[in-house]
Amino acid sequence: MEKVLQLLQENARLSNEQIAVMLNRSTEEVAAAIDDYEKKGIICGYKPLINYEKAGIERASALIELRVTPRKDTGFDAIAEQIMSFEEVESLYLMSGSYDLAVTVNARTMQDIAVFVARRLAPIDGVLSTATHFILHRYKDASVSLQGEEIDEREEQV
Amino acid sequence: MIDYQSRMNREIQIIKPSAIRKFFDIASEMEDVISLSIGEPDFSTPWHIRQEGIRQLDKGRTHYSPNRGFSELRQELCRWFDRHYGVSYDPGTECLVTVGGSEAIDLCIRTLINPGDEVLIPEPSYVCYVPMTEMAEGVPVIMETKAKDHFRLTPEELLAHITPKTKLLILPYPNNPTGGVMRREHLEAIAKVVIDHDLLVLSDEIYGELTYGDAGHCSMVSIPGMRERTVVVNGFSKAFAMTGWRLGYAMGPKELIAAMTKLHQYVIMSAPTPSQYAAVEALRHGDGDIAYMREQYDMRRRLIVSELNRMGLTCFDPEGAFYVFPSIQKTGLSSDEFCEKLLYEEHVAVVPGTAFGACGEGFVRISYSYSIKHITEALRRIERFVKKYES
Repeated sequence: MEKVLQLLQENARLSNEQIAVMLNRSTEEVAAAIDDYEKKGIICGYKPLINYEKAGIERASALIELRVTPRKDTGFDAIAEQIMSFEEVESLYLMSGSYDLAVTVNARTMQDIAVFVARRLAPIDGVLSTATHFILHRYKDASVSLQGEEIDEREEQV
Repeated sequence: MIDYQSRMNREIQIIKPSAIRKFFDIASEMEDVISLSIGEPDFSTPWHIRQEGIRQLDKGRTHYSPNRGFSELRQELCRWFDRHYGVSYDPGTECLVTVGGSEAIDLCIRTLINPGDEVLIPEPSYVCYVPMTEMAEGVPVIMETKAKDHFRLTPEELLAHITPKTKLLILPYPNNPTGGVMRREHLEAIAKVVIDHDLLVLSDEIYGELTYGDAGHCSMVSIPGMRERTVVVNGFSKAFAMTGWRLGYAMGPKELIAAMTKLHQYVIMSAPTPSQYAAVEALRHGDGDIAYMREQYDMRRRLIVSELNRMGLTCFDPEGAFYVFPSIQKTGLSSDEFCEKLLYEEHVAVVPGTAFGACGEGFVRISYSYSIKHITEALRRIERFVKKYES
């Protein structure tokens, strides 16, 4: 039932009935599969993809590179847990390469993010340095273009 | 002042412009229209195929090709055809690369038809067969196919239309606009009649790769006795989402291919060169692309068929192409009225069944070569529309 995941990935609002028809399965089978995915934490949630610029809602985002010293007993995990508990943090990844943790942060204004970095992120024990990159414009998010719909240029021929 | 009309060829004067475009032109002027009327893939050509076209342009491959098409392409075509349909052709003499399947259809009809020869054409079907026959001064003989037969041509219907003047049967399956397909057993029944009456066949299999279900497409030329009396037309447009590259081909007996090549040589010279190189890449490495696109179409097909039947626009399960052909009789509207009102009232464009022959009255063609998002929104609007008219 991996196809269920693919279909939901593209459009989480498809009904169980629609998915069942498309995959030639029963609605019960699809419902059970989704239930199972949710219980096992394979499907972790459903959210709308909001274009805040269009909605006119003030919102700033930044990508912050963190260099940290791993702790002897817990490695990166304890620091990561501390950082992810902040509600401003949208995503947190452990990275290969020249820094260790990549944090995306959302707040109302850039000033709010600056305060967040200075007062809460940088002082954490083990954080060696931070580099904050503000996001200026979103072209595409979660595989979806935020530039408006592509125009169907196909022409009826004959 | 010159009276141009009277100076024109008399056949061109009677040919009607295609009715498919009728609502498309209105739709393109409107806001927020969902058009389910287009007859081409919504996928772009797979990247590796485009890349090969670009690479060849970079290398300066901008000249004419041999009339028949590059030998490398014809070899790959024959290999591909054998692999997919189990019939082998000689790339040197039995294969011609054309500008889309359409050119191959025209060449075949003009090569075979003398004035007065009868050409058997099942309808509803794609719109080019009748005008091309008329231009060759042949006589189109229409055979109606029916929803109860899943729009297949039956041997009875075929027999009923054969006369001493019948020369050619056109077999357009998988079918545009109905989505009907002819499985092996149906083709065998037709082949028997064709052989008994010594007819020739033009088998337009452009949608062959878009056949759903486990069995896959069965080519008319794989039926015993049919290879020697059939010209099979296929192309890259639908299978590989390469409509704009304008590339098709014909396979057939070498005498017919040679005659078609004469005409092709004078009218077209050769198919586009970059397209031919891209096509070689498609044939060598494109089976996965076909499978992927077919799977996507298949999911949309199931969804749209199920929803249409639920709202009472009954349609049989179409097993090929990317069209459904539901009956709209319960709305009490004619095909034309249905399409016009649906466009103006709900901003959804579909094509009246009558565009594909008079027997298409009472049906409309809906393309599912669109994203799920568009299809589900269009279905919502169609349901609202149907509810309004059924009461």
